[in-house]
Amino acid sequence: MSTDVLTDHQAEHEDHDLHHEKMKGIKRWLYTTNHKDIGTLYLWFSFIMFLTGGALAMVIRMELFQPGLQIVEPDFFNQLTTVHGLIMVFGAIMPAFVGLANWMLPMMIGAPDMALPRLNNWSFWILPFAFAILLSSFFMESGAPNFGWTFYAPLSTTYSNGSTAFFVFAVHIMGISSIMGAINIVVTIMNLRAPGMTYMKMPLFVWTFFITAYLLIAVMPVLAGVVTMVLTDTYFGTSFFSAAGGGDPVMFQHIFWFFGHPEVYIMILPAFGVVSTTIPTFSRKKLFGYSSMVYATSSIALLSFIVWAHHMFTTGMPLAGELFFMYCTMLIAVPTGVKVFNWMATMWRGSLSFETPMLFSIAFVILFTIGGFSGLMLAMTPVDFQYHDTYFVVAHFHYVLVTGSLFSIYAGAYYWLPKWTGHMFNDTLSKWHFWCSLISVNVLFFPMHFLGLAGMPRRIPDYALQFADFNKIVSIGGFAFGLSQLIFLVIVIKCIRGGEKAPAKPWDGAEGLEWTVPSPAPYHTFSTPPKID
Amino acid sequence: MTTKEHESYYVPAQSHWPIIGAVALFFIAFGAGNYVHDMHNNVSGFGGYLLLAGFALVITMMFGWFNNVINESMAGKYSRQMDNSFRQGMSWFIFSEVMFFAAFFGALLYARQFSVPWLGGAGNNAMTNAVLWPEFTAQWPLIKTPDGTTTNGMGWYGLPLLNTILLLTSSITAHFAHVALERDNRPQLKIWLGLTILLGLSFLFFQVQEYAHGYSEEMRLFLDSGVYGNTFYMLTGFHGMHVTLGVIMLTVMFIRIFKGHFTPKNHFAFQAASWYWHFVDVVWLMLFIFVYIL
Repeated sequence: MSTDVLTDHQAEHEDHDLHHEKMKGIKRWLYTTNHKDIGTLYLWFSFIMFLTGGALAMVIRMELFQPGLQIVEPDFFNQLTTVHGLIMVFGAIMPAFVGLANWMLPMMIGAPDMALPRLNNWSFWILPFAFAILLSSFFMESGAPNFGWTFYAPLSTTYSNGSTAFFVFAVHIMGISSIMGAINIVVTIMNLRAPGMTYMKMPLFVWTFFITAYLLIAVMPVLAGVVTMVLTDTYFGTSFFSAAGGGDPVMFQHIFWFFGHPEVYIMILPAFGVVSTTIPTFSRKKLFGYSSMVYATSSIALLSFIVWAHHMFTTGMPLAGELFFMYCTMLIAVPTGVKVFNWMATMWRGSLSFETPMLFSIAFVILFTIGGFSGLMLAMTPVDFQYHDTYFVVAHFHYVLVTGSLFSIYAGAYYWLPKWTGHMFNDTLSKWHFWCSLISVNVLFFPMHFLGLAGMPRRIPDYALQFADFNKIVSIGGFAFGLSQLIFLVIVIKCIRGGEKAPAKPWDGAEGLEWTVPSPAPYHTFSTPPKID
Repeated sequence: MTTKEHESYYVPAQSHWPIIGAVALFFIAFGAGNYVHDMHNNVSGFGGYLLLAGFALVITMMFGWFNNVINESMAGKYSRQMDNSFRQGMSWFIFSEVMFFAAFFGALLYARQFSVPWLGGAGNNAMTNAVLWPEFTAQWPLIKTPDGTTTNGMGWYGLPLLNTILLLTSSITAHFAHVALERDNRPQLKIWLGLTILLGLSFLFFQVQEYAHGYSEEMRLFLDSGVYGNTFYMLTGFHGMHVTLGVIMLTVMFIRIFKGHFTPKNHFAFQAASWYWHFVDVVWLMLFIFVYIL
């Protein structure tokens, strides 16, 4: 093994040939063109946003701890749910994945950096400004957006409060950031693979980001279009979403969900990539069915463009439309099932060990599958008429986004922390983080299924008495889950500051180019690409 | 791909332009937000100035950033592979622009095919019409909206047809300019490119004429004249903005050609500007068909 490892000396020597040294202090982070620096920025930004969005969720759960209005006004409650959703989708999950992509993609394909490093820096630094604008609306007279993260017209147009313009322009620049980031990922993968690394030899992690980036390029402009229509409907007298002028509020939902459904897969496909990396490592086997994984990911991405209206079964559509979207949606279960079975087959008769990244990955497989099954229930048009806009939906998408996307991000973070920092993380604390999160997240989200089936609507600050017991349990789970995440913060800070020295390849079953460089990875890697056989 | 090509992929040094660009976008977004917000509430504020400052900063950033890139390219730091990165980046950017227009074309088709007929009682929506808008009959162009706003449809003959011919011709001249560049025929390159810019400018001139005609007392076709006016002005307006951007890009190329930039083999920036121009042309063709003729 050690023969593959470039020594620090060699790495420095390469630095000298082709590269500038890193700057000191704040300028390093403001001016950086280094994919590792930018990856770090993305990851820290997303974690800060995650804690911010989580704090909003804590207030929501406090309000819902018991029936009646306790601590917030209904309008402020709506602002909380709206901004919580926007922050978690655009500020936490997506940037976290882009952070992983920035750190790992060039190292996995043997590239010196991302293909367009300056653009990469721009993509990142737009985000803090975009969220500063969004969050500043909390302090405006009219308050923050209060129409839900889906900003349905006419809530966001005719009945919106005064801050819609800020929401629209914040989303615009977030979109610019995402599109440029995605273009960078696509170009890097198409163009900077090490010689010999054909498409079907790329790690599956790379494949999933490749496909995700295509989805982003295709749908973020549609989001830009629909927020522009919301802007002109609100401020310039157009009537795209107003029947009085010949438009239709339902048209908003069609355009929004044409963006929104692929967006959902933008947040889950990279998660597939992460666990397809960790599970083989800790099973000490090759990933079962690599090519079927590639095809399954691609078909999920393609299907995501023709299922959007399953979000709007109850809002009025011709019968043929309801049937078409129902069947297409259920079809997605096929490639997704392929993936779940492949992960299980990878673990089957492997020599498994249960390090923290593996624990999060196994939890991902099981809990994401629960979220997938509740999705299948929601996909059936006639039953959806009962579930629509209830806590069942809330339970469903939190299972796929929290125990799905977020858990995979944790799996990836623990898996690569030794590579990033050069130190092993504190194993005991990380196990505490895992078990506390696992138990509390189920206490938090599982009872929501029952609440939804019993008819509790989402996005309300008060509820009927019969929902009180379950809501109390959910809130307790919520506080416990929120607090458990602080353990992760402690682990990361401890890991950066010190700890057991990590070898180049801390996981004995790991494969891939990123493990052939020392830990921590030198500032510049693969200035000369390795040859892949 | 050979190993040789891979050995010299250029990773630029730290740059202050991206963060300046991020601040510029912040000024633009926050300024535009304030401007629209204040305009809506009839108060005056700093939004407009912030917006202008943002645009000024973005232009400064572009000059600085592109200056770096051009110098690096002229210094021979870029490999074939880098050229590919730029080309692929530009093509995917254009694809994202296509999807942006797709959202507005989608709105146009939805309004024509679904919302307007349904408001008129088509399908199983007889009661929508009878209860909500009994006076309303479905038609396209929608010259009378359900709430009674009236307007007039813009014909395709005349200015739009002239503009179509102008823009299609400009796409051909842009192609000839590219061919001339590849053959290293600089005088012809200058003529064809100059002609392309002139055609683009005359398109913009006539487009302004057409808007003036639309806003005249005779036509009374305004941005807020119902969904027909909405889609008409939003689609042609965004297209016009893209043409303006394209003309600016081509003009920059024109200046660079007079400065002696570009070789028959190395002219990514020119190629990108010309791709962009063709894209703008195709969008217009779609507009001409779906907004004007049909």
